[in-house]
Amino acid sequence: MDTMRERFTGVTTRLLDEDPRLAVVLAEIGAAGFEEARTQHPDRVVNVGIREQLLVGTGAGLALTGLRPIVHTFASFLVERPFEQVKLDFGHQDVGGVLVSAYGSYDWPAGGFTHMSPGDVALLDTLDGWTVHVPGHPDEAETLLRHAAAADDDRVYVRLSEQSNRAPQPVDGRSFGTVRQGGPGAPAVVAVGPMLDAVLAATEGLDVTVLYATTPRPFDAAGLRATGATDVVLVEPYLAGTSSAAANEALADVPHRVLALGTGRAELRRYGTRDEHLKAHGLDAASLRERIAAFTR
Amino acid sequence: MTQTQTETQTYGYTELPALMARMTGAEKHGPAATSTLDALWVLYDRVLRVSPGTADSPDRDRFLLSKGHGPMAYYAILAAKGFLDPATLVGFGSYDSPLGHHPDRTLVPGVEIGSGSLGHGLPLAVGSALGLRAQGLTDPAVWVLVGDAELDEGSNHEAIAFAGSYGLERLHTLVIDNSSSTYGLPGGIAARFKAAGWSTVTVDGRDHDALHAAYTRPHPGRPHAVVARVEPKN
Repeated sequence: MDTMRERFTGVTTRLLDEDPRLAVVLAEIGAAGFEEARTQHPDRVVNVGIREQLLVGTGAGLALTGLRPIVHTFASFLVERPFEQVKLDFGHQDVGGVLVSAYGSYDWPAGGFTHMSPGDVALLDTLDGWTVHVPGHPDEAETLLRHAAAADDDRVYVRLSEQSNRAPQPVDGRSFGTVRQGGPGAPAVVAVGPMLDAVLAATEGLDVTVLYATTPRPFDAAGLRATGATDVVLVEPYLAGTSSAAANEALADVPHRVLALGTGRAELRRYGTRDEHLKAHGLDAASLRERIAAFTR
Repeated sequence: MTQTQTETQTYGYTELPALMARMTGAEKHGPAATSTLDALWVLYDRVLRVSPGTADSPDRDRFLLSKGHGPMAYYAILAAKGFLDPATLVGFGSYDSPLGHHPDRTLVPGVEIGSGSLGHGLPLAVGSALGLRAQGLTDPAVWVLVGDAELDEGSNHEAIAFAGSYGLERLHTLVIDNSSSTYGLPGGIAARFKAAGWSTVTVDGRDHDALHAAYTRPHPGRPHAVVARVEPKN
């Protein structure tokens, strides 16, 4: 199976052929994959070199002239390093675009913390109007990328990961899907993107409703409320608690409890493998089962 | 906001102090407000191909005020050229006014970017120049005004290096040099642009004919930087 990043390159290359409004801006990362597209569309595929502030500013400048930019690099360099550019060049200028990141929170543990961005979605939560897609499978990534490209002048963040669930789920770019239906009022477990397989394994035999969120922002409050659950577990592949405020807001008028699971705040100064990091953050199936069962008991 | 009758009249250079006085309530203005006055006037009066009637036209020239601090001269010139009702100048900085101490593109016709945070305009201008070219709009010029101290921001150097190397011919940077940078660029501002492959010229920022000549100097295949020197800030 291809990775989400590989799918991104292929899909975006085709979208450039189909939609003259689209343009791609890169800062070396991923540029080799877009070489053919650049040959076909030299004015709409731009590599600015290792310059991430310019990367984001250039994307927004393209948007000021009416194009729809797709801006790509690793999450650390796309959201964190040029954060003020994201805030002002897109938000304050009131223009739209698509930011597509790779590597997420723990995709390349051997690369160390410089290439991890567990805080990207929480950071975007400080801004208004960003849609956040977190696909859990390359097929979902393709669907959500197509949604993002076609979303008029919306500001959209697509978080691609090396981690994938075994099978794709239907995704619509808006709502949470119900993957497992619990009894009336059973606790709801919200699995974000690549966390679904581990959540399904962890909740096997438990009376819970499993919701699958590939578009965590805007948060599908109606979908969560429709489950009737007042006990909610959030399982996110980034900072634990990133979606707590949104879940609490969704259930503000009813007594409720929220357990937020995700990556820890403390820097994990370890290299190794992704599975080792998932276990260290308590995000492997066995750890999740222990924590979810204790909360829903 | 209370709408008032729009004045359709336009104004000349000699009337700019009076327009600025509507914002400041006095005939004397701080250096931040006037350092850009002559350079901006010549640009709007003799070079930029944009008017209130074409402010949304795809093939208009773009002017991006990156140095958003002290925008009174900018607002006065927008009013003089009919983009802005001079009556709105008196509300400068007030809650109901579209005119802030830093401009907001969504509130003022003819303002291409919201600015104030330094170092954003030049990268946005790079993207604008690329975006116009990608749509076959090879005629419009993109101008961005930065301050000499603003060049301390590293984002500008990312843009300068890229635009020069890329040969972004329709990009123009106007640097207002009032010697306000704490650690100026060794060898001068123009040298830095020139080293990156730009066409450069340094002029007296109060000399209208010199400014016009600098603005209109041909620069085939290269972006163009005009350094306009004015009296030091301090």
